[in-house]
Amino acid sequence: MPVGPILRVDNLTKVFTRKGQPDFTAVDHISFEVEPGQCLGIIGESGSGKSTVANLITRLIDPTEGQIVLDGEDITRLKGRQLQTAYRKMQMVFQTPTESFDPRHTLGDGVGESLRNFGLDQSEVNREVAELLKQCGLPPEFAKRYPHQVSGGQCQRAAIARAIAIQPKLLICDEATSALDVTIQTEILALLSDLRRELNLSILFICHDIALVQQFCDWVLVMYKGSIVEEGVPDEVIRNPQNDYTKRLIESIL
Amino acid sequence: MAEILRYEHVDIAYNGKVVVQDVSFTLEDGEILGIVGESGSGKSTVIKAAMGLLGPAGQVTRGDIYYNGNDLPDLSPAQIRKLNGPELGMIFQAAGASFCPIRTVGAQLFESMTEHESIGKDDFNHRAVELLQKIGFDNPQRILDSYPFELSGGMQQRVSIAAAMLLNPKILLADEPTSALDVSVQKQVVEEMLLVRKTFGTAIVIVTHNIGVIGAMADKVLVMKDGKMVEYGETRQVLEHPQMEYTQKLMAAVPRLRR
Repeated sequence: MPVGPILRVDNLTKVFTRKGQPDFTAVDHISFEVEPGQCLGIIGESGSGKSTVANLITRLIDPTEGQIVLDGEDITRLKGRQLQTAYRKMQMVFQTPTESFDPRHTLGDGVGESLRNFGLDQSEVNREVAELLKQCGLPPEFAKRYPHQVSGGQCQRAAIARAIAIQPKLLICDEATSALDVTIQTEILALLSDLRRELNLSILFICHDIALVQQFCDWVLVMYKGSIVEEGVPDEVIRNPQNDYTKRLIESIL
Repeated sequence: MAEILRYEHVDIAYNGKVVVQDVSFTLEDGEILGIVGESGSGKSTVIKAAMGLLGPAGQVTRGDIYYNGNDLPDLSPAQIRKLNGPELGMIFQAAGASFCPIRTVGAQLFESMTEHESIGKDDFNHRAVELLQKIGFDNPQRILDSYPFELSGGMQQRVSIAAAMLLNPKILLADEPTSALDVSVQKQVVEEMLLVRKTFGTAIVIVTHNIGVIGAMADKVLVMKDGKMVEYGETRQVLEHPQMEYTQKLMAAVPRLRR
């Protein structure tokens, strides 16, 4: 049996409505697939709809139209416990690591939460958390620290440890390296590359930095005003853009 | 070219804790100096010191900052206020937030101008329109009549450059002026600053973490880490042949587009 895509998105659309204001279509009938082990980049300027795509796929907001199929299962309308089960296959890494953790809990609590929900007892959780932190390049003592006691780069490492804790198949990174200094950015990308190889992770990598996407992704979608205007192998798209918007975008990079 | 600004062995401390140590450089007329470094390297603090914007907790604890024969840290707040604007202009990262949301751009530019010279509304309007035109705005009157929120982020940043330039300062100090902007808009703002230098001969100190911006506009670059100068020299030299280990690591980490 051929292996299907890990994620398939069909005609996905999100219209934001607000009283007294015209409707705003943030994501407009987009379709794409992520193959197992693939790293798919989405680029585009602020307001192009990149993050809305991430929020739709992770079901943080509800789509207006379209379908999301995760590892063969339609998750478009899942709720409650069923949705929780879907999260075992997909996890997210956000832009601002410190804010993605509960400030009143230790990093260890955050990293181990999904494992506790999974039914592991506390000593197993502790052991597993120490292992996960190590895998992400942090000493095990960091489990006892609070988010504000570590640097942004260290916190993002913990956030990645949290994301891979329940061994998901798909990692969704929404500007996961954008708030970090370039030297730290390089380290986090190296970590993601290692994990991708070791765990055969698929990654949806949303990023406004085209050079990073070129370095890191196998395929890239260019979004503009809610639509995919161009897609392809990053080197191809960058060296030989077909769409007018993509051309302008590439030309403006200093 | 004549020297216009000189930092000599400057230390800066917040609440007694030294955050910038032994920074020295000179800026010449019409020169663009880029200060780069990662978060917390002290790069913004360095230019804030020139304008007396360190706040009550911050202080220049050693060294001198000479502008036109004045040692800036020794000036009284009243003297500094006279210099800030007509001599030293400043633009910030979040241009939108530095405007008042409930008054038009024109009203705010008028206010900042009357603070430094006596000028009538009509004269002001004439001058503002002329300046905006000179630095590439298509429809200056519409900009002046707009509220800040009616302009895009990039437009707000260009207007804040115009606001600084209205008083025709000798030096423009820019703190991460392009960091909140999309790449296409970032390019416009960089071009705006280059046009300002070309048109008025203004010297610019730009603080940024974006090496691309430095490469596109700076004549010289100063690299900072942990409050100290790591490397200082001609931009091409530093970017392409960094001498210090940290600069080499920094340059290697910058994602570059392979075209």
